[in-house]
Amino acid sequence: MSNWLYLHFRAIAQALGRLASQPLGTLLSALVMGIALSLPAGGYLLLDNIASLARGVSGTPEISVFLETDAGEADAAAIEKHLRTDPQLASFRFVPRDEALKQLERGGLGDVLGGLDANPLPDAFVVTLRTGDPAAFEALTEEMKVWPKVAHVQLDSGWVKRLHALLVLGRSAVLILAGLLGFALVIVTFNTIRLQILTQRAEIEVSRLLGATDPFIRRPFYWFGGLQGVLGGLVALGVVWLGVGALAAPVAGLAETYGAVFALAGPQWPESLAIVSFAAFLGWLGAEISVRRHLASA
Amino acid sequence: MIVFEDVAKRYAGGYTALAGVSFEIRHGELVVLSGHSGAGKSTLLKLIPAIERATAGTVRINGQDVSRLPSRAIPYLRRNLGLVLQESRLLFDRSVFDNVMLPLVITGHPPGDAARRVAAALERVGLDGRGKEMPAGLSGGEQQRVAIARAIVNRPSILLADEPTAHLDAATAAGIAALFKSFNSAGVTVLVSTHDANLFAESSPRRLTLAKGLLTEGA
Repeated sequence: MSNWLYLHFRAIAQALGRLASQPLGTLLSALVMGIALSLPAGGYLLLDNIASLARGVSGTPEISVFLETDAGEADAAAIEKHLRTDPQLASFRFVPRDEALKQLERGGLGDVLGGLDANPLPDAFVVTLRTGDPAAFEALTEEMKVWPKVAHVQLDSGWVKRLHALLVLGRSAVLILAGLLGFALVIVTFNTIRLQILTQRAEIEVSRLLGATDPFIRRPFYWFGGLQGVLGGLVALGVVWLGVGALAAPVAGLAETYGAVFALAGPQWPESLAIVSFAAFLGWLGAEISVRRHLASA
Repeated sequence: MIVFEDVAKRYAGGYTALAGVSFEIRHGELVVLSGHSGAGKSTLLKLIPAIERATAGTVRINGQDVSRLPSRAIPYLRRNLGLVLQESRLLFDRSVFDNVMLPLVITGHPPGDAARRVAAALERVGLDGRGKEMPAGLSGGEQQRVAIARAIVNRPSILLADEPTAHLDAATAAGIAALFKSFNSAGVTVLVSTHDANLFAESSPRRLTLAKGLLTEGA
């Protein structure tokens, strides 16, 4: 065990030595890997931020029941009676047309509304459901549409569903991008290790004559690939954090115009670890393929 | 002990380097392998550490059948052999010390013990205190001495040398030959190939002579 550890420590030292002996090459490889990895990593983080924003905004799905503009108090009371007896509802609240108008004025549409002769908005009920089942929303929406004096029923979670669908699409795109760029990074490491093997050919041949096993010869190349991947992962993290830093203020400003407070979140420890580990894995994989391909003939 | 039983080696294309070679070298012997260029000396030496494999017959080293040794076992066989090739095969980007250290690194020796062994091996070949020098700064004879130090640092029971004095002047070659004799005096089995058999004449070693792949003397 101690001999095995010693050989690994020696292989790490050898790999670090090779990285340090070509500082420019090491830097360029790390930059190529880092910039390439930062694209899917940044895309994933952006989607994660949008998803958390959507979760915060959507909360529990709501149904808005808009009454006809000529509906009176009695009509509203009749609908309220329906709502009170429906076991699927968690809660509901009545929004009189005057309150709805005030809400729009507070939202910055005062100038537009001021030009109108009368309040064009109807009375409405905002209904919250106990269930999260989309089929139940649809059924209840259809039922409400035929109630007397109901002009329009709107399922408020519709846009959230569309957003979630877009997020799923975005995640798939990020995965495809990560796969393609990951493949490119494996090729980068493959080629770097191929060149390493060519330059170390004499040492490999002599080592074999002196009794070196294949694992002994391969180990430094695996560590080289893995360490190069780690450097690439750290560069990717740096690029992502730079991006977050550059976009944080504009995003917060944009959110403020909607009356919201939103801070763009950078990668946390688990995400950071995942990015660096993924990069190290890609480096190791490139080394593994290159070593298998080229060491047999070295 | 080294045993060859009816060993043949044919290369792709039909060239026969060795044909029906049989001999036995006992522990502690000094054996000089001689013959003209192309006689099969290098091929014979390469069969012992399994650099080449026999196409027929059996090669046994200390009772182990090298001809049928699985590939994964070959490194462990080579660790028990000291190997000196015609060209020194040193790593010119490493110091003398690091070159001699390489077999000990491969076998995972603790650094402290390894450093002591390297110093002792360099002293044995007359290069004590020159560990920090680079091989490019050494003469041909000194480079060959470094290669010999690398071959003995693991304290092998068998030392194989393929034309170790090929490119050296007479005085330097005599010094290298004296080194091999001294290792043999210490109990190491030595098999050394040379086309200058007079180098070892005064110690009356056993002689194996090859001609066109056949053993003509010493079987």
